[in-house]
Amino acid sequence: MLQKIYDWLDTRLDITPMWRDIADHEVPEHVNPAHHFSAFVYCFGGLTFFVVVIQILSGMFLTMYYVPDIVHAYESVYYLQNEVTHGMIVRGMHHWGASLVIVMMFLHTLRVFFTGSYKKPRELNWVVGVLLFFVVLGLGFTGYLLPWDMKAYFATVVGLEIAESAPIIGGFASTLLAGGEIIGAQTLARFFAIHVFFLPGALLGLLGAHFYMIRKQGISGPL
Amino acid sequence: MQRGKGLKFVGDSRLVDRKKQNIPKDYSEYPGKTEAFWPNFLLREWMVGSVFLIGFLILTVAHPAPLERVADPMDSGYIPLPDWYFLFLYQLLKYEFAAGDYTVIGAVVIPGIAFGALLLAPWIDPGKERRPQKRPIGTSLMLLAVVSIIYLTWESVDEHDWEAAEQQGEIVEDIDVDESAEGYEIYQSQDSCIGCHGGDMLGGAAGPNIFESDYDTEQVIEIIEDGIGEMPGGQFEGSDEELETLAEFIANDGQENGNGGDDGNGNNDE
Repeated sequence: MLQKIYDWLDTRLDITPMWRDIADHEVPEHVNPAHHFSAFVYCFGGLTFFVVVIQILSGMFLTMYYVPDIVHAYESVYYLQNEVTHGMIVRGMHHWGASLVIVMMFLHTLRVFFTGSYKKPRELNWVVGVLLFFVVLGLGFTGYLLPWDMKAYFATVVGLEIAESAPIIGGFASTLLAGGEIIGAQTLARFFAIHVFFLPGALLGLLGAHFYMIRKQGISGPL
Repeated sequence: MQRGKGLKFVGDSRLVDRKKQNIPKDYSEYPGKTEAFWPNFLLREWMVGSVFLIGFLILTVAHPAPLERVADPMDSGYIPLPDWYFLFLYQLLKYEFAAGDYTVIGAVVIPGIAFGALLLAPWIDPGKERRPQKRPIGTSLMLLAVVSIIYLTWESVDEHDWEAAEQQGEIVEDIDVDESAEGYEIYQSQDSCIGCHGGDMLGGAAGPNIFESDYDTEQVIEIIEDGIGEMPGGQFEGSDEELETLAEFIANDGQENGNGGDDGNGNNDE
């Protein structure tokens, strides 16, 4: 039955090459923890992606309740945290997941660096990876403001002051992010848009490029 | 791409009508025990992933995400703190060589050089050698960066006054005590209560806010009679009826029966 469905799709979409790239390939011995336990360092990238998926899913559910304006933002988060069924767990997953992404990504970066996996021909994938690092830090920074509590507000004030201290583009960058002179309604709306649309869009595009290049170039060989 | 005579397409599409065999690529360049990703390796990955997910869920249930009081831009005394993964950058800006007139150094120059070097690593270190011990400069620079990040984060956590931080962000419950209630009058006549919990019932130096914990009427009576923690029992002066009225008033978050207690403390309706 499954084979028939597969053949039917394959005739029309030629999915065999795609299937092969996604699933039907072999895992070399030196990255398989079942053969060499120390190969668990090769799992950090996959775990980063796993937590990113958790972030996307939990974030989608959070937007069902979250209201991005300064009058209701805090109330909606409070309601989500204290009243909504399992709201505490979903918000908790998004909160702790944010930290976990950073940790996993940091470990993944160190693994790639110390195994020299960024060298020819994988330079471009390294660059895409570092860009992903920046995007995730940006997601962390913009997401921190959204609950609109004291911690969120004043961390953002400091963050934007730091951005403003940059020469030439500092003032422009700060105004672009804050949406004006004061950190208020405009800032929250912009941070929400950046956190929910701009950066996730960039994240998905870069992730696609990251994975495409892994399949195209293969995993770097044993040291 | 294959072109020319003899090629058959699926309908009028560009898809070639031929049977392809679903054979994985040869991994002969990695001698040893290779394993099929699908389904053997993936199944194991899923098992590890499930264990990871369970641990993660336990963390989220054991430690709910924090939420402070609503943002008050006028509160200039608040000591700000970014999320922990920005602490190393935040700490850097506290050192003399990177603060004040030199903020640019701490905010732009040092992070710019560090992240710029990270981005351009493949061209800064273009050699063929991959082993970390065979490229000592790159390895030691990276180790230096990691140690600096850990040190700066540590320093920042160490310098921060966590108790003050917790207090300054605490959610202050806005409780509107009904001063016309019978229970309020009874409370005001009890010097032993006011002594520790204050005339406004919101706590003082010796006792906590009376409404801080969610007790029901019976529990409140029990606490008044038998005491709890440092609070001694048996100090109430008055009849049992008065005691019950007071306990009900307290269990109801400072409202006469039925009008308060929005936090579901159970025994509101006698």
